[in-house]
Amino acid sequence: MTAPLTAFGKVACLVILLALLALPVIGSDYLIDIGTEMLIFALFALSLNLIIGYSGNVSFGHAAYFAIGGYVNAILLTTYGWPLLPAFVTGVLAATLTAAVVAYFCTRLTDIYFAMLTLAFSMLVWAIAFKWRSVTHGDDGFVGVTVPALLDDRMRFYYFTVIIVVASIAVLWVITHSAFGRSLVAVRENLGRAGFIGIHTRRMRWQAFVVAGFFAGVAGALFGMLIKGMYVESAFWTQSAQVLIMTLLGGIYSFFGPIIGAAVLFMLERLTNEYTEYWPTVLGVILLVILLFLPDGLVGLGKRLTAKAKGKDKTEGAT
Amino acid sequence: MIDLIRDLSPGLATLLTNPQFAFIQLMNSISQGMNLFIIAAGLSLIFGVLKVINFAHGVFYMFGAYVMYSVSQEFGAPFWLGALAAAGALGLIALLIERTLFRQIYEAEHLMQLLLTFAIVLIMGDVAKIIWGTDQYSVSYPASMSGATDLGVTFYPTYRLMLCLIGPVILILLYWFAERTRWGRMTRAATQDREMLAALGVNVPVIYTSVFVIGSMLAGFGGALASPFSSPVPGMDATLIVDCFVIVIVGGLGSLWGSFVGALLYGLVFNFGSVIFPNAQDIFAFMLLLIVLLIRPWGLFGKPEAGGH
Repeated sequence: MTAPLTAFGKVACLVILLALLALPVIGSDYLIDIGTEMLIFALFALSLNLIIGYSGNVSFGHAAYFAIGGYVNAILLTTYGWPLLPAFVTGVLAATLTAAVVAYFCTRLTDIYFAMLTLAFSMLVWAIAFKWRSVTHGDDGFVGVTVPALLDDRMRFYYFTVIIVVASIAVLWVITHSAFGRSLVAVRENLGRAGFIGIHTRRMRWQAFVVAGFFAGVAGALFGMLIKGMYVESAFWTQSAQVLIMTLLGGIYSFFGPIIGAAVLFMLERLTNEYTEYWPTVLGVILLVILLFLPDGLVGLGKRLTAKAKGKDKTEGAT
Repeated sequence: MIDLIRDLSPGLATLLTNPQFAFIQLMNSISQGMNLFIIAAGLSLIFGVLKVINFAHGVFYMFGAYVMYSVSQEFGAPFWLGALAAAGALGLIALLIERTLFRQIYEAEHLMQLLLTFAIVLIMGDVAKIIWGTDQYSVSYPASMSGATDLGVTFYPTYRLMLCLIGPVILILLYWFAERTRWGRMTRAATQDREMLAALGVNVPVIYTSVFVIGSMLAGFGGALASPFSSPVPGMDATLIVDCFVIVIVGGLGSLWGSFVGALLYGLVFNFGSVIFPNAQDIFAFMLLLIVLLIRPWGLFGKPEAGGH
């Protein structure tokens, strides 16, 4: 996963980028909305993978930073009438700062206790969003977000999202392929040994968490403007679980895995909702299939299939 | 002085000046805590032996409440028969799930186990919707406990009084099982070293199954007991599971006494918190959790992570 982009990868990226730019020209309004939301969730899932796939900890409360970015941006824009840039930046900074504080405590722990502490902090964020009615409007939801005139148009907002998300993905790519990113992988693979060779493991896990919080905040701020509202469900643990499933479905051992996972899961949800109201069951079954048969996600499956097609003698991945 | 307090928090002033009111809050804390203890004890038991954080425990609780409704309201069976049926039904469901799914993942990473239980939450939540729809049902109190009892200080609902007593009974039963029976000794051995236990000729998978079944029966029973005041409705599981997490983590994962003390603390913080600072009780519960996690991450009665960091 740390190999630079292959020739095939470069072409694929270029094709996807062109397709993203061309989507509004060929697509309907519905398709543009779906595309925007999918991009946002792709970034959200990718940010989570910095904690899971790179530093090796499972955060069960990543929705907190998404919700903080979304709420702060939405409230500053609407209640206080701030312009876009300061509101957006403050929203993202609020998410980042919260992540910095939470990570300071969480990185003292590992494994199940790390997961539980991140869950506890996110539920605290949820409880505040739920109870602080005068600011967040509680469970009525913070509706009617004032989106700046510049972005108050489906197509313009889509291009704005494309620019922000693609730029964020590029930054994450650089981060994960730097010496920092490679050291993180070492931390994930073996915390103890990474410490022995002189890596300050706790500080690195903290940094990964903060960067992840930053990009979750970006995704949240975009989301609030897209649906012109923020709801407490965005901070609830089920939202954290959903983004975790997206990341896992795509594959945590691959940079692009979470993006693919987010896109696939998002499409499946839309498709399922056309036919039945039992999306949770479908999601549950997908989850069971991943857990029992696809531990390395769709990207891992793809790799195994291509290896098989090339006739390589490939042993089955651990299940 | 009291005027100053009344300005800051009218609830706190009432607590200080009205002993009856304070007593009722105390009893509410205990009865809510004991109901939650019954459920959380099951979660903690399962974690202690199987080392799996069972997100599906909340859904088991919800099923318990629904089964209670069906048996006692639709078929008109007595209350306690309904509660036993709820426990029995959840025991069966748990047996099935453990045999088919959990077996696969005991060796897997914690993340995988957590997500498997989450898959069960998603699927069983929909199953409940198919069977019982999305209506909110009401379950009536058992006939002999629908009134109030005179406690000298004040009258208190008999049903809630019974909850205050049934919690300690369950605690003693579980303690007796774990400490005084052969099954309990083997269970404790399984938490220490399951390979060694298997080498000694003990059928470890059977122990795992029995622990999962008993833990889940407690969830079903707790759900049935909660059904008269928290009426069965879709989504009741999502908030309850978080309450249970708070309790077992505060008390220490896997510790029976821990979940007892954790549940009592939770009841106290929730009830007194909502009187003193109305509308902020949820925040207090999570604050309690955070404080404990920061000072003793392994909980009040738990043991530090093996290996230490």
